[in-house]
Amino acid sequence: MSNTDYLLIFIQFIVAGGFVTLVLFVTHFLGPKRKTSDKLETFECGIESQGNARLPFSIKYFLTAILFVLFDVEVIFLYPWAVNFKEFSSTNMSGFISMSIFMGLLLLGFIYIIKKGALKWE
Amino acid sequence: MKPLLAISFSSLANSFHQWLTAMFANDMAVMVTEMVVVGISLIVFLVLLSFFLGYMERKVAAFMQIRLGPNRVGPKGSLQIVADTVKLLFKEGLTPDNADKFLFNLAPFIMVITSMLVVAPIAFARDFQIWDISIGVLYVSSVSSITVIGILMAGWSSNNKYSLLGAMRSGAQIVSYELSIGLSLISIVVLSGSLSLGDIVNSQVNGWWIFKGHIPVVIAFIVFIIASTAEINRAPFDMAEAEQELTAGFHTEYAGMKFAMFLLSEYINLFVVSAIAATIFLGGWMPLHIGNWQAFNQAMDYIPSSLWFFGKTFTIIFIIMWFRWTFPRLRVDQLLNLEWKYLLPISMVNVILVTVMAIMGWHF
Repeated sequence: MSNTDYLLIFIQFIVAGGFVTLVLFVTHFLGPKRKTSDKLETFECGIESQGNARLPFSIKYFLTAILFVLFDVEVIFLYPWAVNFKEFSSTNMSGFISMSIFMGLLLLGFIYIIKKGALKWE
Repeated sequence: MKPLLAISFSSLANSFHQWLTAMFANDMAVMVTEMVVVGISLIVFLVLLSFFLGYMERKVAAFMQIRLGPNRVGPKGSLQIVADTVKLLFKEGLTPDNADKFLFNLAPFIMVITSMLVVAPIAFARDFQIWDISIGVLYVSSVSSITVIGILMAGWSSNNKYSLLGAMRSGAQIVSYELSIGLSLISIVVLSGSLSLGDIVNSQVNGWWIFKGHIPVVIAFIVFIIASTAEINRAPFDMAEAEQELTAGFHTEYAGMKFAMFLLSEYINLFVVSAIAATIFLGGWMPLHIGNWQAFNQAMDYIPSSLWFFGKTFTIIFIIMWFRWTFPRLRVDQLLNLEWKYLLPISMVNVILVTVMAIMGWHF
């Protein structure tokens, strides 16, 4: 696998970006432009908008994101193992045993999170 | 026996390649031109596909609710979606005064570009794959997760309470369900021993994984369908855009073509997850073969491989559309409970089951 193999995805990126730019650029000239202060106001079901929208949000969302980072890194570790799994297990069970320990630790951490109540909403 | 459509595709590509080689002396120029042509034709295909999916969505909804659906523009209302697009083209694209102008306009780009990039490694037919990369599965799961950045960007930059709430819910939802998607993909990677989507399809030549892999693979398939429905923000997991409570959530403030870009990326994502599910679990373009039934197998071989691929993909798309009219929307805590307390432990244990099965050689 050489570097030119990834050229395709770079060109695809540029072509897709060009498509969006073209469409948004063209519609910019096609549509009417009548900007009024009422129209440019933030939508809030017809009432006047109250204060700043960037309010503090529930800590639970943040906690979910942190847990995701923890578990996703562990899932990423499984990918190279899954590809080479057949070679590990052809001679003995070492590939399976080491992975079972890894998954066991993962599940222990998971049980700890559940017991700690990190996923309880109210 | 070779299928009809694949021959026409690859011979077309070959003659085009020869013509280009005659035109340019430089190999690099030939390659770049080919890639640009492939990119443009892929975009045209995806736009037409999302037109069709929009039409299909409305017709399926109408069918489920015993009504007619669009039936005025064109035969059986088939041009309705074109009329809608033309209407959107002539709409004014607003940027609200309070919004963060740069991020607000950048978000549609991220959504569409990422969803179009994910399509690249999918095998559409026999010998017809745009980009057979050795890390296909990893590429798909990593690039498709960039979508969440676009959604958070759209929600935060709108400076609207509904948008921010929708984006937060969607962020928590997409990242959570990604874990189950990753684990159910790993169970097939263990069985086939490769991350390349081309190799995974080829490993199913004597039977699709859903038949070869017994119950663990069926569990992985069900987990994958549920989790990917959540990943693309479709009902019953459409907390992010919940029309009735959040007035469309993260894209409340978008209008005109910028809004259409979100719609486009949503339909492309729907196609992508269905195509991945079809490729990984249902054999991609592989025809259905049953043991030693020679006559049956040959009859199945005669159906073009692209028809097999699109048939499977659209079956899964239909099932995902069916969900929307069957299940009521979940609350955000129920949604996260479903993932963290049920799907994640199930798929973890499932990976162990699959590896035991692979070691013992219990699959065919």
